[in-house]
This record gives sequence, structure tokens and C-alpha cells, in this order.
Amino acid sequence: MPVTENWKPTIVAFCCNWCSYAGADLAGSSRLAYPADVKIIKVPCSCRVNPMFILRAFEKGADGVILCGCHPGDCHYSTGNYYARRRMTLLFSMLDYLGVEDGRTRVEWVSAAEGVKFSETMNSFVEKVRALGPNVRLGDLRCKN
Amino acid sequence: MRRIGVFVCHCGSNIAATVDVKKVVEMALLEQGVVHAEDYPYMCSEAGQSRIAEAIREKQLEGIVVCSCSPRMHEATFRKCAERNGLNPYLVEIANIREHCSWIHKDMQEATEKAVILMRAAVAKVHLNAPLLAGESAVTKRALVIGGGIAGIQTALDIADAGYHVDIVEKEPSIGGRMSQLDKTFPTLDCSACILTPKMVEAASHENITIHTWSEVEKVSGFVGNFTVDIRKKARYVNMDKCTGCGICQEKCPSKKPLNEFNRGLNNRSAIYTPFAQAIPNVPVIDASACIKLNTGKCGICEKFCQAGAIDYKQQDEIITEQYGAIVVATGFDTIKLDKYGEYAYNESKDVITSLELERIMNAAGPTKGHLERLSDGKAPKEIVFIQCVGSRCSDDRGKPYCSKICCMYTAKHAMLIRDKYPDTNVTVFYIDVRTPGKNFDEFYRRAVEDYGVNYVKGQVGKVAPQPDGSLLVHGVDLLENKQILKKADMVVLATAIEPNPDVRKIATMLTASIDTNNFLTEAHPKLRPVESPTAGVFLSGVCQGPKDIPETVAQAGAAAVKVIGLLAKDKLKTNPCTAKADELRCNGCSQCANVCPYGAISYETKQVNDHGIREERRIAVVNSALCQGCGACTVTCPSGAMDLQGFSNRQIIAEVDAICR
Amino acid sequence: MQELIVRAKELLASGQVARVLGWKKGEHSYDPEVAFFNDAESLQDFVYDGFCGANLSKYMIEASKLEGKTLVFLKPCDSYSFVQLMKEHRVDREKAYIIGVGCWGKLDVRKLGAEGILDVEIAGDVLKVSSLYGDSEVAYKDAMLERCHVCKGKEHKVFDETLLESADTVDLDRFAEVERIEAMSPEEKFAYFQSELSKCIRCNACRNVCPACSCRKCVFDSTAFNSEQKANTTSFEEKMFHIIRAFHVAGRCTDCGECSRVCPQGIPLHLFNRKFIKDINRLYGEYQAGADLEEKAPLTSFQTDDAEPGADRR
Repeated sequence: MPVTENWKPTIVAFCCNWCSYAGADLAGSSRLAYPADVKIIKVPCSCRVNPMFILRAFEKGADGVILCGCHPGDCHYSTGNYYARRRMTLLFSMLDYLGVEDGRTRVEWVSAAEGVKFSETMNSFVEKVRALGPNVRLGDLRCKN
Repeated sequence: MRRIGVFVCHCGSNIAATVDVKKVVEMALLEQGVVHAEDYPYMCSEAGQSRIAEAIREKQLEGIVVCSCSPRMHEATFRKCAERNGLNPYLVEIANIREHCSWIHKDMQEATEKAVILMRAAVAKVHLNAPLLAGESAVTKRALVIGGGIAGIQTALDIADAGYHVDIVEKEPSIGGRMSQLDKTFPTLDCSACILTPKMVEAASHENITIHTWSEVEKVSGFVGNFTVDIRKKARYVNMDKCTGCGICQEKCPSKKPLNEFNRGLNNRSAIYTPFAQAIPNVPVIDASACIKLNTGKCGICEKFCQAGAIDYKQQDEIITEQYGAIVVATGFDTIKLDKYGEYAYNESKDVITSLELERIMNAAGPTKGHLERLSDGKAPKEIVFIQCVGSRCSDDRGKPYCSKICCMYTAKHAMLIRDKYPDTNVTVFYIDVRTPGKNFDEFYRRAVEDYGVNYVKGQVGKVAPQPDGSLLVHGVDLLENKQILKKADMVVLATAIEPNPDVRKIATMLTASIDTNNFLTEAHPKLRPVESPTAGVFLSGVCQGPKDIPETVAQAGAAAVKVIGLLAKDKLKTNPCTAKADELRCNGCSQCANVCPYGAISYETKQVNDHGIREERRIAVVNSALCQGCGACTVTCPSGAMDLQGFSNRQIIAEVDAICR
Repeated sequence: MQELIVRAKELLASGQVARVLGWKKGEHSYDPEVAFFNDAESLQDFVYDGFCGANLSKYMIEASKLEGKTLVFLKPCDSYSFVQLMKEHRVDREKAYIIGVGCWGKLDVRKLGAEGILDVEIAGDVLKVSSLYGDSEVAYKDAMLERCHVCKGKEHKVFDETLLESADTVDLDRFAEVERIEAMSPEEKFAYFQSELSKCIRCNACRNVCPACSCRKCVFDSTAFNSEQKANTTSFEEKMFHIIRAFHVAGRCTDCGECSRVCPQGIPLHLFNRKFIKDINRLYGEYQAGADLEEKAPLTSFQTDDAEPGADRR
């Protein structure tokens, strides 16, 4: 896909129900803009996000995937984000090892009170993905060259 | 193919001004399975809901997508609407096109495109939604209140009056909390003990209240309606049933070194002690670290003098286990440590004190028997300086970012009382702002200034310097006059910030209740559910939730009690059906899921299965849906995909991903 | 080898075990296969030599369901896999009589340096290879599997008795290859894995041999994630399969190296698993799957001050 000035990335944001989804709601009610490229999927907890979902998003055309959850220590289920943190640390490290650009994946902890952080996070993430251009390396999960 | 209906809300102009709702309807009709789509100004209104009802009936809808505000706002509304009209409430999905779309985007085309994608994701998901049935669980009709201050006492009394049994767990030897340490209360200046003691007595004598003092919550398990709590009853070394409260033991005890906590360490107490005269229960405890008998084996004087034979040096901590339907946290506050505020010389001079220490000094039962005197030399102070906001409204990490709320009023109270009782003593108050919202509060403050001649100076104090002559030189500024002030004082009183009791972090962890960066417990909603914790069955009372004064605390205590009563009045509770479920033909029985479950909801059974003709015994994971809270941690540890989360299944989330990325 | 057969016959004769799980002569001297032996007579085909690389622990999942005990021979590295399977309740310790056999490094047919091999004679430190195209010799050490150069050690983690002595074979750094790839530019990394994974024919040999990949129903064969895939269609996503497979066994993979040994395309699949192992060791403390029955696994435990995702690459 040629990179044009009008190119818009597709960004999937997984947000936990208790903190980050509420943080996104607060960003909305505070009218804190971020690019429309971001589409949010609600999950009960960051620990619900399976690496499979992330790879699937890339396979189907996402250019960046971000996972937002409660701050460590504040998980509604007490421990969910700690597991999510280990899983995503390893998964992202593996993607890096495979030569996938680092800026396409991110984890950020956003509380229900951090509407500003939510909006700022999305702005900076989209900016980074835009700079990277369309996702090619994970866009086609087949390897045949 | 499921028959889906899509309903697009304008939310007045909130959505319609930025999203072309007609276009969303048009695009919805192109989606697979969508047999009905319409827009309406207010879907959540009576009229909007009746349109949904009509469509369910006329188009035989099997799934609904409402494109509207956040599901946190109206998901429950639309689910109930579906249920009333014969559709399972879990066959409703919300596409959040307000908070996540119209409110943050300005360009209509861009916002409309996004709204269409969010609608598609919701349609894709609802095709895979399973009709779920909420389970039921019984309610234990007994409540636990953690903390026996005014908040805990009031909550307990209100619950008990409604006919439910309440246990109060208090870690100190007596109930009463901070309020019992206060001398007078604003804005009426009635004596704190005079209004608190009757409530303490009422709680102690109430047939529905059990008080566990000198006790702490050790462990909490279970869930709303069915908590199991271990309470550690610390060894008191005094038999509660035998003690008559005569007090001779305290009089005779030779160990008089320990600092008196009740008097904020301003004087000493004996090793065996009741914290204050009106203590409830009026049964002393032995401070094991200071007791000569417990440390050396010699002494035993209290035992010798106790005519009731109540002393028992062999007593051990005891753990009792109780069942509760609801838990109220009322753990209160303490003042912050002043170690980081060297400029106020608090650790250097005995005559620099906190306001709570002043309360004890002013109190007839306090270390100076109520006489206002300097702790260094016992002289009556002639110049007193009050410094406001010590550690409150602080922008660095030495103090707290919030306003402690009560300081302006208690300082006005202190200033007024001193000027009233000691008219020749001058009082100066350094303040940033004087905040007096509250019934009769501003009138009270003005009386201090206008009738009692208290000198209020707007400005902060940079330094308090102890002088060789024993006085204190206060370096301040007067912002209104724009000048430096050097003031010699005999006593300096610091309006020290309050913070949640440090134990609350441990308790919040046990309860899986969330806590904010300042250690205040978080409400389920800051405005609409201020006395409930986000953890079902856990309620908040008093300063553990945020700074507040006595009337506010009592009001919140009552509100928490009402919520508890409402819960205990139910015979059965509906449980969240969005729980994990294991597919027994896919399960390996490997136990990984159980290792990450925070609720101990997963167990294993050896079960006969028929896997496409292969009949064998297998170890299979089984989820207790009453314990499962639906976080989904187990689903990701499961390599075979046997463990799935109802309402957020693997296939549902993949469908959303596909719809967004296509 | 004879002492293994003698001991197996004794155990069969005494009735202590109902069958023997071991290796059987193959068509050639270099391709023995895994086999169950039900009586003393069948043991004449039993073999144990440098070509018996196959890890028998996974076969014990099915053997645990059979009547009576199974005698199984486990090399030191295989014993880790067995402990890991015990930890996951997939094998029944009571159904296994384990003889820990010594190991002196196993051979990689691909490293014999010949095509059309007819026979290989193991003569001490030297392998005498005869092929359709002539005879050649290769040093035993040079033909060893990669995993033996980075051997985890000679200790058996679980056994009832041990037979034969093991030898030290370690002469390489276990993580050197991972580090070499980590040091590449993203473009080089991508090109490297693209070319390696492009060879994948989705034969599932890696999955079928892996003791950690022991799911009753693999996600890639089931409808659980809408991710069922079939070979020989354009829809097969090699990256997805290999990343997810490595992720599913992360913290459980003992690094037995069977995946790479059996891959008919010679893809160094162990490099995925070893990357996870390296990261786990670095971030969460040294962890060896299968070394300890009680130890908490890295992905089902946590520390409150764990590293943030991507923290070390920002």
C-alpha cells in the first residue's frame, strides 16, 4: 500500500472496562480530541487480551494495537494487569525479535480519572504509527517471500 | 443468521451534530443480518424505548445494537428494555458513538465513518452473543463494619436499628476513633465527648451489635452477600467477662513509660491501660511491649491487685471466622508525619504542635488538664500563631495535593476558644484561603474575626525559628499588604494535613476494593454512587473515602447503612452471568487457569467424557460461577482455548477485531 | 545398550511393568523410531544409541491411561519434560517406571554431510558414513544436535533408577544465536525469519513432537478462536502459528529441542522458544521449566514491580 498524505492508519485499542474504558469516556465528556483512527474494543480486564487478538488485528489490517488497563496495583480484579504486563512484555519482545517495528504495539495504564492521559496517549500512539506507515510485516502473516 | 436491529440515537445534538445518523442507519442496513435500523432523537427516552420494543415484536429481532452513549451510561437501560420485551438482555450491544466518537471528533465525515465502524463491530459481536441467565446467590444477613469511629458507629447503629446484626472491628482497645480525641466541635462548640459517648454506649448495648475491639481483619474471601472474614482478636491479657473496670490495675502498674497514644504522645500511660475514661469497653489491655511481667516474668502487680481475677498473662491471639453479606470500610484517618517539614521546627520545639495535639491540650482529660500551656515550660502562651495548609494543597511530594477540608473550621474554632477563655492571648492565623462552605460555617469564621479579634493574615509561613529565650520567631508574608512579617510567638499550631489510615491499603487489598493515589478508597461513581466501592458488597463510610467533617461523615455513614440494608433485605442476589466457562472436550486439565484465578473459582473434577466416540476419564476444569467475577485471566493462560469468557468470548472479540480492521 | 534390554526383561518378567517404551531399530541404522514393547521377545529390536534423540516423555500421556505401569527410558533432558507434564497433570507418575538413561549427545542426520545415506557406523568418536555416493567420516561431536552443544546437564530430574553414564557435551553458549539475531536491524531480523519461516510446509511435526504442545485439541484445529487453519491453502499464516505456538509453550518449554530436530525443512524453531526463555530469565529471574515440580511458572505468577512492556527498547 503506497503511503500517501491522506493515509489513515487503523488502530485497535483494547480497553479494560473499569479503568481505561472509563478513562476514554472521560476523555469524551471532557471533549479531549484524539484521531478517529482509534477504535476501542471493551474487555473486562487487560488480562482478557489474548496475543491471538493482537496478531489477528494485524493480520486483518491494523497498523497499530494498543492495550490499556488499570494502573498496576489498581486492577479491579486485583491481579489481572500484572499477568497482562508479563504476557505483553514477552509478546512485544518477540515481535521485535521478528523485526516488527516496535512502535506498532503499546501498553499504557490509564485510570478512570485520566481522560487527559487517555487522549494524550492516543495522540502520541497514532502519531508514531503514522510515522511508521502501513503495516506490512504483520499485515500478511504468511511468510512466503 | 440472526435478525438484528440497529438503533441510532441522536442524543439531541450531542451525537447528531457530528455524526450523520441517517448515514449510520443506511450503512447498518447493509450489514449481514440487520433487518431493521432506525434513528431517534433520544433512544433512552420512554418513546425511544417503545420504538425498540415495537421493532423487537414486529421484526422478531434476535439481537439489538444501540449506537448511543457509553454502555456505562445506558447499557442497563437498554438491556432492561430488551428483557421486558422478551429478548434476552445479553443480546444487546452498545456502540459508543458519543464519548468515543461524536464528542471527540469535529469533522462530520470522519466521525460518521468511525461511527459506522463501531456499529459494524457491535453488529459482528451481537451475532455471536449468547443469551445468558443471571444466576442467584443467597445473602448472609449480617454486616461487618471495619473501624469503630463515629463513621463506623453511626453505620452500625443504622444497620442494627433496621434489624440486621452488625459486627464492628476496631483495632484500638476502645471504639470512639478520632472524634473521641476532640475537645469541642464546630460550628456549635458542643463538647465532642458529650455527643459521642451516648452513641458509643448505644452501640455497645444494642442487641444487634457485636463489638470486637483490639481486633483486626485478617483475611477476606467470598463475594457480595457471602463474605467470609477472619478476625484476629489480639491478646488483651484481661478477661473481658471478669473485669469490672475499676481501674486499680492502671493505678498500680509500675511501668509508666509508654507514650499515651490517645493524648498524641504528649504524656505517658501505664503498660496496662484503657485509652480514655469513657472507653468502651471499659476493659483495659496490656501493652505487651511495655509489660514487665510479660517481658521478664517478674512483677505481676496488676494480677495481685485485681479483685475480679481478670488478669490473664497466658492469653493468646484468637482468630474467629464470621460470615457477612456486606462490609463497610470506616477506617478513618490520621494526621501526616511532619518529618519533611523541617522549616516549621516541629521536631525541634515542644511548642510547635499539631492541631490535634492542641485538641488534647485544651481537653480537661488531656495532658495539661485543659489548661492552655506551653509543653516546654508550662507557661501560658501570650502569642499563638496558627499555620494553615501544612501538607495540604501541596504541589510537591512532601505533602498531599488535596485540601484536608476540616482545617479552616477547626482553626477558627481553636482561635475563638482561646480568645474566649484567655482574652489576653493574641492569636494570628496564616492562611492561603479560608474555606468555609457548610451550614453556619462562614458565620462561625466571621465571628472569630469580628467578635473575637482573631488576626487572619493571608500568606504563608516560610520558617519557624526557635529562639534562645524559648520563643519562636515566625517568618511569614502578608500577601495583601505585600510585606514580610516577623512575628515572635510562644506557641505555633500547625493545621496538619490528614491522610487515610495507613492500614487501609492492606484492607483494600483484602477486599479487592480500589484505592486512589492518595490512599483514599475509590467510589463506584464519584457523584452518583459515592458510598459504594466498585467491589460489590463493599461500602465506604467516613474519611477513608475522602476528607470530611463530622456532620458529613455521619451523613455518609447513614447513606452507607441504607445501601447495606438494601442489600441485606434481599433474599437472593443476581450474579453476573459473564463468567468463565470451560469446554470439557477441549480442556487439558493442566491447572494453569487455576493458578491465575484471583478468586479461587476454578477447581478440577475427574469426569467421564465422550470425545467424539472416545470415552475416557479426564481431569476437567470447573468454574464456580458464583465466585468467578469474569476478569478473563484464565482464558489467556489456556492454550487450547477451552476456557472462554461468556459475554466476551474469543470468537466475539475476534469478530469485533475483524469488523474494525476489515 | 544390552544392560537396558536385560533390565527391561527383568522388569517385564517380574510383572512390575506391563510394557516398555523405548526406541526400535528403523529401516536404516540412523532412523530408529519410538516404540512400545509388550514382551521380552519384541525387545530384540530395542536400540539405544546416538540416533535415539526422540524424547519419550510425551508418549507417557497416552501410556498413563493404560493398564499397569510402563517402563520408560528418559535421557536427562527428557526428564525435564516429564516433570513439566507431571506439573500439568498430564502424566501419571504412578503409571511410570522411569529408568534414567545416560546420554553422551545425540546425532543430527543433517550434519552427517552426506545425501543418500545407507548406513552409519558409530565407532567411538568417529562416525563412518556410507552413502550412495561413497564413504566418508565425520567426528561424533560435529554431528551432534545443536541442543546437545548447549545441554542442560547430566542430572535426571525424575527417575526410579539410572543406567549408563552421561558425558559432558556443552561447548556452546545457549543464547548466543538468539543474541546474534537480537543484534540485527529490524530489516535483517525480518528478512531472516521471513526466509526461515517461508520453508514451513505446515506438516505439524513440531507440534506433534513437542511435549508442551500436548493439547487434546489444538486451537489451530478447533473453532475456538475462529482461527482453524489447514495446510496447503493460502490462508495458513506461518507467523501467527509459530508465534502463538511459542507463546503457548512459553514458561513451559523445557528447551528439549525436539521441534528443530524433527522439522523436515530444517527451520531452527527452537530459536522462538529460546527467545522467550532468555527474556523470562532476564526479566523474571532464572527459570527452567521442568526442573522443579512446585516452582511457580513465570506466566502464571508476577511481581508487582515487573518491567513494563517494551520498557527496555524505548
